[in-house]
Amino acid sequence: MQEYFYLLLSEIYKILFLLVPVLVSVAMIVWLDRRMWAFVQKRRGPNVVGPFGLFQSLADALKYLFKEIIIPASSNKIIFILAPIVTMTLALIAWAVIPFSEDFVLADINVGILYIFAVSSLGVYGIIMGGWASNSKYPFLGAIRSAAQMVSYEVSIGIIIINVLLCVGSLNLSDIVLAQEKIWFIVPLFPMFVIFFISALAETNRPPFDLPEAEAELVAGYQTEYSGMMYAMFWLGEYANILLMCSLGSILFLGGWLSPINIYPFDLIPSPIWLILKILLLFILFSLVKAIVPRYRYDQLMRLGWKIFLPFSLFWVVLTASYLLYFNLLPVI
Amino acid sequence: MIVHAIFFYTFSLIAILSAIMVTVSRNTVHSVFFLILDFISVSCLFIMIGAEFLGMIMLIVYVGAVAVLFLFVVMMLNVVEQKNTLFESDSNGKHIPIGLLISLIIFFEVIIVIGGWKYKPDLLNSISLNISSELTNTHSLGYILYTDYIHLFQLSGIILLVAMIGAIVLTFRRRSGLKRQSYFKQISREKVEGVDLVSADSKKGVKIDV
Repeated sequence: MQEYFYLLLSEIYKILFLLVPVLVSVAMIVWLDRRMWAFVQKRRGPNVVGPFGLFQSLADALKYLFKEIIIPASSNKIIFILAPIVTMTLALIAWAVIPFSEDFVLADINVGILYIFAVSSLGVYGIIMGGWASNSKYPFLGAIRSAAQMVSYEVSIGIIIINVLLCVGSLNLSDIVLAQEKIWFIVPLFPMFVIFFISALAETNRPPFDLPEAEAELVAGYQTEYSGMMYAMFWLGEYANILLMCSLGSILFLGGWLSPINIYPFDLIPSPIWLILKILLLFILFSLVKAIVPRYRYDQLMRLGWKIFLPFSLFWVVLTASYLLYFNLLPVI
Repeated sequence: MIVHAIFFYTFSLIAILSAIMVTVSRNTVHSVFFLILDFISVSCLFIMIGAEFLGMIMLIVYVGAVAVLFLFVVMMLNVVEQKNTLFESDSNGKHIPIGLLISLIIFFEVIIVIGGWKYKPDLLNSISLNISSELTNTHSLGYILYTDYIHLFQLSGIILLVAMIGAIVLTFRRRSGLKRQSYFKQISREKVEGVDLVSADSKKGVKIDV
């Protein structure tokens, strides 16, 4: 019995060692996002609390913590309370399989990429539950839009992942990174990287695809009725999902923890640093897109997903498969 | 081993309870949420017996796509507080004999499966497929599906394709009198076509709507 106890303790220690940095970096990334946004628009952004305004997110979190949680009288209370919990839990459990270096990974499972895909496809439930349980027009419209949008873009992300898997021959995330030792997949699969980036924007409800919470038409979409800590949990879950998509992009296309230049002074830098730098690079791209691109119309969004991305990535699957087959490059198991 | 048992019984208990709640629950949306919980716990059971690929595919396909559509339909139909009329004797009781028949058939099927497993334990060994234990189950599934059963696999793909096309054809309708936007037309419009200079006579004006 005692060995189980120690096993449990060490696992909890490992989980905390992963989750606390993730949560802190989510808070920091919100600050970075707002600063980038302000930078593009020639504003200053949050710069009052702490040095460079670094503690702005902590101040915000404190404010949310002390605000009253208002539950609408006509809402479905259990589901209303469950929705932000589901969103945040799902955003955090996906981090279990992200490899930060060759041996620094919480759960090195065989079907890691499928696990991430499954968890991100469950993410839509938090939004539907929140929108439906609020029992109000705008949240419901936002939830329906969001569900349709996330289901559509999941399809194209799935097919992009198939492209990468054809080159790797394994569903394990560490294997995917190790397969890129010679060349990062962004070089041979560059069009797929672009489509993955845009689909990830749509999957995480980021501008220009933030139609579920389009403030011009739907107040705040599915979050309209939420307040206090529950709103903050939606928020945290959203940004944790964005970070997750960034890390998935860097693992699939940018070589994960591998260093770009393998010569003397650079190979001293530990591999998790490289992964974090790549995630940051992708995130800065995400926030630049938010600052410079206007919002899409809903029918344009659906057309882009189903009529352009899906056929193109399917075509690319055929192309990749035939190329690998013709030049006898298929991965050997 | 005891931890394994604890997890197994937890997941199967959740699966059975939520399966019961799907039929008992009065609120239809709650039923769908219990169905989702059922799917999730069954896929956990799949993962526990080592079929991680099946478990994940179950999560992705059933929970991530099919149940979302269920939820959509149920929310749209507005059958939130539906009366549970199963045990009331009114004119709507016609479905009960058919339901009983179907559940009887399922009951006998389960008995056959359990009987085969109980009294013929060597049945499993007579399967002719040789599954290597070194491969991950994704690889071994791929080896079997794309070699021995390639024709059946392709056939099921074709059936799904036909069903998909059928569903699209059934729901597709083109209404007349709608103004549709053509992106190609909008982008390829020239300045010359858009602006029309007309010289207007004084106190007469010009008719612009052609």
